[in-house]
Amino acid sequence: MADAIRVENLFKSFGRFEVLKGVSLTARKGDVVAIIGGSGSGKSTMLRCINYLETPTAGKIIIDGEEIKRRADGSPAERRQIERIRTQLAMVFQQFNLWTHRTLLENIIEVPVHVLGQSRAQATERAVELLQRVGLGDKMKSFPAQLSGGQQQRAAIARALAVDPKAMLFDEPTSALDPELVGEVLNVIRDLAAEGRTMILVTHEMKFAREVATHVIYLYQGRIEEQGPPAELFGDPKSERLQQFLRTVA
Amino acid sequence: MIPLKELLQPHRILLMALFAGFVLWCAVSLRWDWIPQYLPLAAHGLWTTLWILLASIALGFPLAMLLGLAQAVGPWYLAWPAKGLCTVIRGTPLLLQIWLLYYGLGSLFPQFPWIRGSELWPYLRQAWPYALTALTLSYAGYEGEVMRGAFSSVAKGQLEAARAFGMPRRTIFRRIWLPQAVRNVLPTLGGETILQLKATPLIATITVIDIYAVSSRVRSDTFIVYEPLLLLALVYIVIALVIGQGFAWLERRVPR
Repeated sequence: MADAIRVENLFKSFGRFEVLKGVSLTARKGDVVAIIGGSGSGKSTMLRCINYLETPTAGKIIIDGEEIKRRADGSPAERRQIERIRTQLAMVFQQFNLWTHRTLLENIIEVPVHVLGQSRAQATERAVELLQRVGLGDKMKSFPAQLSGGQQQRAAIARALAVDPKAMLFDEPTSALDPELVGEVLNVIRDLAAEGRTMILVTHEMKFAREVATHVIYLYQGRIEEQGPPAELFGDPKSERLQQFLRTVA
Repeated sequence: MIPLKELLQPHRILLMALFAGFVLWCAVSLRWDWIPQYLPLAAHGLWTTLWILLASIALGFPLAMLLGLAQAVGPWYLAWPAKGLCTVIRGTPLLLQIWLLYYGLGSLFPQFPWIRGSELWPYLRQAWPYALTALTLSYAGYEGEVMRGAFSSVAKGQLEAARAFGMPRRTIFRRIWLPQAVRNVLPTLGGETILQLKATPLIATITVIDIYAVSSRVRSDTFIVYEPLLLLALVYIVIALVIGQGFAWLERRVPR
């Protein structure tokens, strides 16, 4: 069985500044991979390279056995392929990025109806289910601006689930939230992990990463400094830098 | 709506009474006996004003979208001409543009036999195509500038989310980018549309009979000056109010 996500020897530069210097990652189906590291370590960039929101300078991205084709200059060779693969990798953003001109319900059926070609009735039925699941059954007609950050992020997770993704990418999903709202979002993500969804999770929540991840990667200045199962990585960090990082965030 | 109790405050009652008195005075002591005779012409003029306004907006807005898009994200060979067109349109009087088209192009066309022989000639002999073209270009020029800002103002994250979910570029434009851009500038567009309404009387200078031209006709036929002008003002105010309410309704439908 093919791995859900494979990243091989990824490099990324912005101009002359090299953000990623050869990182690799494998997520089998059902894995929850947490990427941790200080700010500027390249963890968000690494995540955003997986669905080509950033174009890697070099390296391979293989989604469910299918390698993303690239030209010599690194740009994607087939727009169609990228678009199709993106529909299988649902992303949840730090700033939620719900579409502000549409209600929650409309946000959630947007991609199923207008990209995946599902019928509106079918998509709506599923959207209602998902919104109820994330505890927003009574907010379907609300616009994003009328909701709290935690509610918006839960809706954004529902939007991601609505495309039935092969894997989910979380880019610091709780970093923009007030402290008292972090818990409700983590609860939803915890449920998803428990039902065996494949996830890549960039996070600052160390306790949470330790609890839900099957594999943890510590990035330092664009390189993988240390990786392993959470118990090992958090319980007995080998690298000096990781030890220091864990002390500062604890 | 204002509650009845507030409406009945003394100063408001006084103002309403004054206004009612003014209307009554207008009705009683001014001359309105010319109205029945000119009613059919006025209806025709009103219709002309309305359809030229609506058509110039319907044609001008898509053009404005292209001009805005070219300036906001287009390559230089599209952005520069678009910028140039907007600058020229906004930098010259509309009256001049109307006259350049009508007296300039309009007098050039008949010199070419193949134009005179073409199927378009019956239209090109009339004034309204020039009026409509000038008003359309004017609306496109002003709104092109507005749409440039509107397209740039859509938050990056909104478009990024659409890309991340695999939306093709056209779908992103149609479903996310354009609606958000338009929503961001709805109040501006409402105001500009009312300005466009008030620019329409200029077409009376090239023989198009709009509602303004009708009031001029009444004046020159009957030597009655104020009454047609008062009525004309009322007509424009009512149309402007309808436009304003229309845009207010749109804004309420899509909260920010």
